[in-house]
Amino acid sequence: MENKRDWSVHPPYLHPGYKSTVLRAPSKPLIPIKHTLSERGGPVFGMDSIGALDNDLTKNGIKNAEPLGERIVVAGRVIDELGQPVRNTLVEVWQANAAGRYIHKVDQHAAPIDPNFLGGGRCLTDDEGYYKFYTIKPGAYPWGNHPNAWRPNHIHFSLFGRNITTRLVTQMYFPGDPLLQYDPIYLGVPEKSRELLISKFTLDLTEPDFALGYQFDIVLRGHNETPFENK
Amino acid sequence: MTMALQTPSQTVGPYFAYGLTAAQYGYDFDQIANDVLVPDDLPGDRIHIVGRVFDGQNTTIPDAMLELWQPDIEAFGRIGTGTDPKHRYHFETIKPQSHDGQAPHLVLIVLMRGLLVHAYTRIYFSDEAATNAQDVVLNSVPQERRHTLIAQRHQVNGHTEYHFDIYMQGELETVFFDV
Repeated sequence: MENKRDWSVHPPYLHPGYKSTVLRAPSKPLIPIKHTLSERGGPVFGMDSIGALDNDLTKNGIKNAEPLGERIVVAGRVIDELGQPVRNTLVEVWQANAAGRYIHKVDQHAAPIDPNFLGGGRCLTDDEGYYKFYTIKPGAYPWGNHPNAWRPNHIHFSLFGRNITTRLVTQMYFPGDPLLQYDPIYLGVPEKSRELLISKFTLDLTEPDFALGYQFDIVLRGHNETPFENK
Repeated sequence: MTMALQTPSQTVGPYFAYGLTAAQYGYDFDQIANDVLVPDDLPGDRIHIVGRVFDGQNTTIPDAMLELWQPDIEAFGRIGTGTDPKHRYHFETIKPQSHDGQAPHLVLIVLMRGLLVHAYTRIYFSDEAATNAQDVVLNSVPQERRHTLIAQRHQVNGHTEYHFDIYMQGELETVFFDV
């Protein structure tokens, strides 16, 4: 069974409120492709791709002390459109530090770099599709899209799923963030699916005396596809 | 049966490098794939694929990330355009073989700031004219745009290099697929 991107839930390429789309959005219609073996395969990553501290961003950048900020747990389940778990798939994350500063050399925002926080991590989902990261709650930061533009707190996610068609790069937001209503990247998503990008605070994931818990479940394209057997 | 809604896509943004391509950009973190898709000793015709990504004003894009999937040998690569002074990307692999009744090709995933949903395209090869002419996917593309999917072969310093530029918009706009 072939399945497609559901364009009623994804943002369009051209979303002029987000200025960078204007010169970068493809302007001609996409050409539909009937899936071949080339679309039914994709990279498979195993535990050898994952370091011992890769899912703990509170530890994997330590130079001489704990990173500053509010420690959080971010966890959830990766499923397909029929609710079946997407097992053993790679989840990569990256984010700003608690002050809203990325370690990236291009980021010139005048907020402090935390020498003990890198902000990158990765893990595999387990046999039931669950993943979990420990990290620091990212700060908001200004950007040049329009006067007084600020990005809401967010964590970038990158997932592969069962083949290259299920690839997903997205951003997770936090509940109740007042900046969401002004953010053209978030608002590029059609209204009916925006909520899917907002994590839920939950005591179930909150670890007593340690870290607040946020749940972020992810639905990848696909249903009933035989996973491509990789070597 | 109710289907769950797909989680919406968002842009990879400008700051992916230390998370997704950390070693390439010199950050203290490793990465799960890089610009070399195959081990040194894998038999096959060793090739390089080189190009740039252009925006609607024909300016090179310095903060794109490209992922290459090679179906015939199930190999994967990833590179950012931010470390080369001319914003070129570069992949090294072996020349793909025809498989599944298709002309030799690679699948390319294009991500960048300003692209809210990643784009899929394919790379075919200029020295495969006969098989290209029979390829179902290429033939589904209007003839006048097929050239945007064909990498041009060059011999450079004794190695085989295919040039494949990606144009996001305009007259030369690369064909992107609804995969």
